[in-house]
Amino acid sequence: MVDFSYTVFILLIPLVVFAITGIWGGRWKPIISGLLGTFGIATIFVMSLYTAYQYFFVVHHGGPYKPIVAMNFLWLPLTEHLHIHMGIMLDPISVMMLVVVTTISLMSHWYSLGYMKGERGFARYYAFLSLFTFSMLGLVVATDLLQMFIFYELVGVSSFLLIGFYYQKPSAVAAAKKAFIVTRFADFGFLIGIFILIYYTHSFDFLQITDPNTPIFETALGKTFLGYSALSWATALIFMGAAGKSAMFPFHIWLPDAMEGPTPVSALIHAATMVVAGVFTIARLFPVYYFFTPKVLLMVGYVGGFTSLFAALIAMTQFDIKRVLAYSTLSQIGYMMVGLGVSHYGGEEGLGYMAAMFHLFTHAMFKALLFLGAGSIIHAVHSNLMQKMGGLRKYMPITHITFLIAALAISGIPPFAGFFSKDEILAAAFLHNRLLFWVEYITAGITAFYIFRLYFKVFWWKDTQYEHTPHESPWTMTVPLIILATLSATVGFVPFSKFVSSDLMPFEPETHWNLVIASVSIGLLGLALAWLLYRKENDLPDRIAKALGKLYKWTYDKFYIDEIYLFITKKIMFNIIAKSVAWFDRHIVDGFMEGVAVVTEKTSEKIKGFQSGHLQQYAFVFIASVIIIALTVLYFIGA
Amino acid sequence: MNILNLFIIVPLLTVVVILFSKSIKTTRVIAAIGMTIQLLLASWLMYYYLSHFGVNDLHKMIFVSDKVWFPTLNIHYAVGVDGIAVAMILLTAIVIFAGVFVSWTMENLHREFFISLIILATGVFGFFISYDLFTMLLYYELAVIPMYLLIGIWGSGPKEAHAMKLTLMLMAGSALIIAGLLGIYFNTPTIDGHHTFNMYEIARYKIPLKAQRLFFPLTFVGFGVLGALFPFHTWSPDGHASAPTAVSMLHAGVLMKLGTYGVFRVAIFLMPEAAHEMGWFFIILTATSVIYGAFGAIMQKDLKYINAYSSVSHVGMITFGLLMMNATAIDGAILQMISHGIMTALFFALIGMIYGRTHTRNVYEMGGLLRVIPFLGTMYVLAGFASLGLPGFSGFVAELNIFAGAFMHHDLFHRVATIIVISSIVVTAVYILRFVGIMLMGPIKNEEHLKLKDATWYEKLSTITLVVSMLGIGLYPVWLTNTILGSLKPIMLKILGG
Repeated sequence: MVDFSYTVFILLIPLVVFAITGIWGGRWKPIISGLLGTFGIATIFVMSLYTAYQYFFVVHHGGPYKPIVAMNFLWLPLTEHLHIHMGIMLDPISVMMLVVVTTISLMSHWYSLGYMKGERGFARYYAFLSLFTFSMLGLVVATDLLQMFIFYELVGVSSFLLIGFYYQKPSAVAAAKKAFIVTRFADFGFLIGIFILIYYTHSFDFLQITDPNTPIFETALGKTFLGYSALSWATALIFMGAAGKSAMFPFHIWLPDAMEGPTPVSALIHAATMVVAGVFTIARLFPVYYFFTPKVLLMVGYVGGFTSLFAALIAMTQFDIKRVLAYSTLSQIGYMMVGLGVSHYGGEEGLGYMAAMFHLFTHAMFKALLFLGAGSIIHAVHSNLMQKMGGLRKYMPITHITFLIAALAISGIPPFAGFFSKDEILAAAFLHNRLLFWVEYITAGITAFYIFRLYFKVFWWKDTQYEHTPHESPWTMTVPLIILATLSATVGFVPFSKFVSSDLMPFEPETHWNLVIASVSIGLLGLALAWLLYRKENDLPDRIAKALGKLYKWTYDKFYIDEIYLFITKKIMFNIIAKSVAWFDRHIVDGFMEGVAVVTEKTSEKIKGFQSGHLQQYAFVFIASVIIIALTVLYFIGA
Repeated sequence: MNILNLFIIVPLLTVVVILFSKSIKTTRVIAAIGMTIQLLLASWLMYYYLSHFGVNDLHKMIFVSDKVWFPTLNIHYAVGVDGIAVAMILLTAIVIFAGVFVSWTMENLHREFFISLIILATGVFGFFISYDLFTMLLYYELAVIPMYLLIGIWGSGPKEAHAMKLTLMLMAGSALIIAGLLGIYFNTPTIDGHHTFNMYEIARYKIPLKAQRLFFPLTFVGFGVLGALFPFHTWSPDGHASAPTAVSMLHAGVLMKLGTYGVFRVAIFLMPEAAHEMGWFFIILTATSVIYGAFGAIMQKDLKYINAYSSVSHVGMITFGLLMMNATAIDGAILQMISHGIMTALFFALIGMIYGRTHTRNVYEMGGLLRVIPFLGTMYVLAGFASLGLPGFSGFVAELNIFAGAFMHHDLFHRVATIIVISSIVVTAVYILRFVGIMLMGPIKNEEHLKLKDATWYEKLSTITLVVSMLGIGLYPVWLTNTILGSLKPIMLKILGG
């Protein structure tokens, strides 16, 4: 048996780096904090790879991949039998996530050495990155639901800190607040879901609740509320938490605003890792959803499907390149949710589960690449807006080529990574839910269109005259781009189903050639459309937008969801509830108390006929009279 | 001599020495030495307790001694502590330690100020080490009276009126408590012709239900006033707003906990049958406190009012947890007493420090302060995180226990109340982040603020002490929960056995 206890250092190293850099980083030369953080992450990256090798090839060679609890300690006893543990659980998806998180984190750390150079608060930035990495890793290796909840919160707060990194910018502060509060609201549902689960099962340990044959759900299934079993409510509320973190509709509003953070942060947190926490949570609890609450699982699929189409539509009309990518992230996470939602259990039937995890894996690579590429562009042009770009391929060859690879990957063009995983999600949807298949199929076309619209507008379109001639970014930024581009081009060939599957057994998925052809052609169609419209400057896109009228405007204004939220918080919560509570408290409650005081004073003046003004005397008289009253009362009740 | 008496003797000696002090410099050093000794004593006591009682041991009172001092009414000077009292003593020692350093530059009538402050703390220590109800009440009054002077003399704003309001409302609460205690006293069986004030003697006996129905609400509301129970909380915003920093710290941090501690030890522990029967009414009141306080905080402008309303919300959670009547929730409530005590002391300390620099407590007149006073700003953000229940800080542990315990009830009433209380975590996040955003982040609003200086060594010392305490509980809570849960075992027998 291989001893995995060293994995505790994968968590400890970023935590210690955070503490040290957070406390003393401000006094060092900035580069020291950057290097310390980067080397820390590099160390745990190597450890994660080693863990993956040990787990998949040494311990469980050929499967089945049984979960291993590498470490576990009592953190908080709730009752005599119900204890929260902090621990590390290794199973195929958590090991995969260790690799994904550390890879992208390493790339972001490295890239930031160049991107954030000379920024005020460089040490603070690296401290927060380490804190985030620690929290995210703690989340993926969680052994029970409450540990996961704890790290959900920590991930949320590190995201808050990083979005608000430029804290003197009001828009960044607003975005950070919004992200935290929206996800907090979702976590409120998550917590209640956990409590319902605990109430009926007396357990929140993953190993116990994810056993397909477990009897512990009997009471929870027997109880119903409004027509659904208590367990359905629990899993639906847990999905609410997951939807908050993964920015599924209607909690998606925080993610586009979160782009106020530095771009490497967007790549790490708001594209590759934190936002897939929700997908990971559903995958972690997949047996519970599939065997005991299939209706909720279906809902997960529909929410995912709706979000993916909805976000892709918005992405077509945005001009801020980071926002296009943000909506694209929403859309791609929607795909993952669909994969889980349509999945069954075991072997080929569980294709959706495998495909969702595979897409999570490939998406992390190419979406991080897209963001880091966007960062490189912004670094050169000093703007986020497409209108100010064009013809950049001449100035930034490396950024151009790597961005193109990422765009091809997300469009599902073979042999790039996104093709393999997206195709499998489509296949799973095709087998089990035709409606979701068509939604995702159309979205695939839209995806190719919006990403190539972005690509052509930035790198082709026209020869924009720049104030400062844009130049290629320094090697600290381009090397991570090249590495990620290589990964985006190759990770699709990983035989993923050999490692990750719904029932922990490796399997060989069939290839559905007709689906492959169909999905590649719709991707190419979207690409071709973008090529026609945006390759060279012309007024056709504007004319189409005009012709669409209201429809275009609705999409451009993101279907006014933000305005609805604003109405609820500003108008209802602040102006109606909070203001009236404040008024009520001052005038009614306190007014009543003051009134009592005045009456007492007047009465005592009348009765006692003296007013000494000495508080002590008043108090003494007051207490003495109460004692007398009390004694009288006691006498009468026969004490 | 009983070692617990040191908790009274050390501060009294400090007070006596301060009497001879000539300048602020000597006064504060003496106060600091005295309170450092007190903190060391309290830490030693916690260490002693932890090293003697493991998880599965039978937890007992330690350092028990008992002397009659007023034979006619059978009043004893009875001291002894269990794990819960030890934890409360440690809290008090931490807050008064930090409070002395916060008052480092209190020039005006420095001797009188430190003497009143330390006497106040003495009352609190006395309250926690005693288990004779009458003696506890005396100590309680000892703590409340200096409060009037401290606010009336060293306060700000309409200080006399606010001091008067606070004192009168608390006195009214005391009156109810006295009535309740006497009721309990006369309902205990007589031994040698005497009734008893001994809490543990009384606990062995079931007070007749008819009497409980009268005295449970009396003691609950009486102590509840001090715990800012809705609708008797209105002294809190005004009182805190006028009080000098260290007094706000002690008051919100520790004195309000005397109220909740009294609710626990007297109302619920001694009269559990009535608590089961009438609990629903108080659950409504406390759940209202939680939500009402949180919403009340959103639209405030004054930093102290924000924290006062926030305290109404957080302390409401303590009484709510106590009323859930199971070990998990009560454990959470006690953790919340400690956690909120430290957290709110930190808030008031920081508010005092920020006010001392900007000369305003109006959040809308500040902005971007994180840039000019990064240390204090960071500390404020940390206090905010603790307040909104972020894991890693003590508040999360406490709230999680309260929620989990409360959710164990089967009936819809408890469920709904619990969900309403849990929803406060969202509202809390809203107002905390809102004010952090307005005050600390964004562009600098006032050019004058560019000249502000960051924390001095004594300010750093006091805030770091408080932050470290919160982290010590929040990161690894087992030591404290074991202490509390162990001590709760015999208490739960009484509470559930009735």
